Amino acid sequence: MFSEGGTVPLQGSYQGSSFFELLQVEHDHLLPDLSAWGESAAAMIPHGTTVLTMKFGSGVLVAGDRLATAGHSVASRDVVKVFETDPYSVMAISGAAGPCIEMARILSVELEHYEKLEGEALELEGKANKLSQMIRANLPAAMQGLAVVPLFAGFDTRRKTGRLWKFDITGGRYEEGEFDATGSGGLYARESLKHGWRADLGRDEAVKVAVAGLTAAADEDRATGGVDLERGIYPIIKICTSDGHEDATEEEIAACYRSILEARAAGGNL
Amino acid sequence: MSMPFYVSPEQVMADKAEFARKGISRGKSIVGLEHQGGVLLMAENATALYKVGEIYDRLAFAGVGKFSEFDQLRKVGVRFADTKGYAYSREDVRGRGLANAFSQVIGDVFTRENKPLELEIIVAEVGDDRYEDHRNNSLYVIKYDGFISDHPGFCAIGGNVEDVESVLQTDYRDGMPVGDAAKLGLRALSAGAERSSELDAGSLEVCLLDRERTGRKFCRLSADEVQGMLDGS
Repeated sequence: MFSEGGTVPLQGSYQGSSFFELLQVEHDHLLPDLSAWGESAAAMIPHGTTVLTMKFGSGVLVAGDRLATAGHSVASRDVVKVFETDPYSVMAISGAAGPCIEMARILSVELEHYEKLEGEALELEGKANKLSQMIRANLPAAMQGLAVVPLFAGFDTRRKTGRLWKFDITGGRYEEGEFDATGSGGLYARESLKHGWRADLGRDEAVKVAVAGLTAAADEDRATGGVDLERGIYPIIKICTSDGHEDATEEEIAACYRSILEARAAGGNL
Repeated sequence: MSMPFYVSPEQVMADKAEFARKGISRGKSIVGLEHQGGVLLMAENATALYKVGEIYDRLAFAGVGKFSEFDQLRKVGVRFADTKGYAYSREDVRGRGLANAFSQVIGDVFTRENKPLELEIIVAEVGDDRYEDHRNNSLYVIKYDGFISDHPGFCAIGGNVEDVESVLQTDYRDGMPVGDAAKLGLRALSAGAERSSELDAGSLEVCLLDRERTGRKFCRLSADEVQGMLDGS
């Protein structure tokens, strides 16, 4: 970027406000083309499994279990799949862990970069759109099995409401009005959310519904971690409202999970 | 065939320096001050075209001179810092590296181009108590020819910089509360300002690098907040 032989150093070849495009144009070695790795890589590297998101009374909630798998083995028991991308947005990832986590990092730098250069933050919709362009750029790698399938949610400070989006591997962006879940256990989590979710859930109720959703996913999908009381590993649950971010505490999640276990022990069908 | 006139390199440099200085001396001043809770940057600027800006977690930028030129430079700095922080870690983005990079760019333009950059900038860095060797604040000043200097405690750039600096020199104390630093900044800027204009909270642009914040430590104060700071005892 600085003084490359002969050019006027002030004028880099990229002059826009996007960090992702800056990397593409001037630092492409920091954005390797993963499609060259072929399908064999997809089986070897860790994959993240189940993440879910829902609207509730005062904002949105995003939750993810902590397990990553490589083939049929556990790759990590305490991987983080839910990221704060800026003070009012959260991204949750499922799919090939390496590219997914990198995409979350780039998105969070992207949003900060734009805000610093332009003097104001992007609208929530603009942030979701930016993410969809990044997923689209990853399409060649996705075709080789290194798919990035995130969920994106946040609090829209202009419309004063929580909003959430899901994506497909081509960068298709679909806004959802209620809830969604993705990853290997996403189907089961969604099924559980369908029963517990209401538009006017309070914050604590929303956490309960999220824990139930992840527990259902862990029950039916072997690759989903759920709550691990023995090791003390808890899902990450982030709540985003007009006040910004907040994490559900481990104690809170453990209490929700214990009440599910008790209901089960009492013969309930949970 | 006409021959170009010979002009000695000394003359070329002197002319360019003269030209740049003329551009800068017309501008208003900016002061940077260390205080108890971090670093304060204060500019005489009532417009919406900001002269002070955020670069990274612990780094801020301030420029005087030609707006388009120093704002362009600020953007170059943000790109530099964000790329470096992405490629390495956020803690690896340091003030000295950034100040040196700025000095290189400005110096390059001064020697290679016909027209030098008509600007002077401050790079401010606030310390971070989490790391043994990151605790100190730093203030760097870079001039139109790329000359870089390090200023413990306080610094000033802009038009009437001597008048501003002399106030700072007399009254600056290490570890001042932020309110005192703001009052001192206002006194110093008033000493440099044109006599006709009376400076107040509305004609100041004040930004802080706040040691206590986590992550991005830069914050811009509203006129009310500035007034509150100047009123406080």
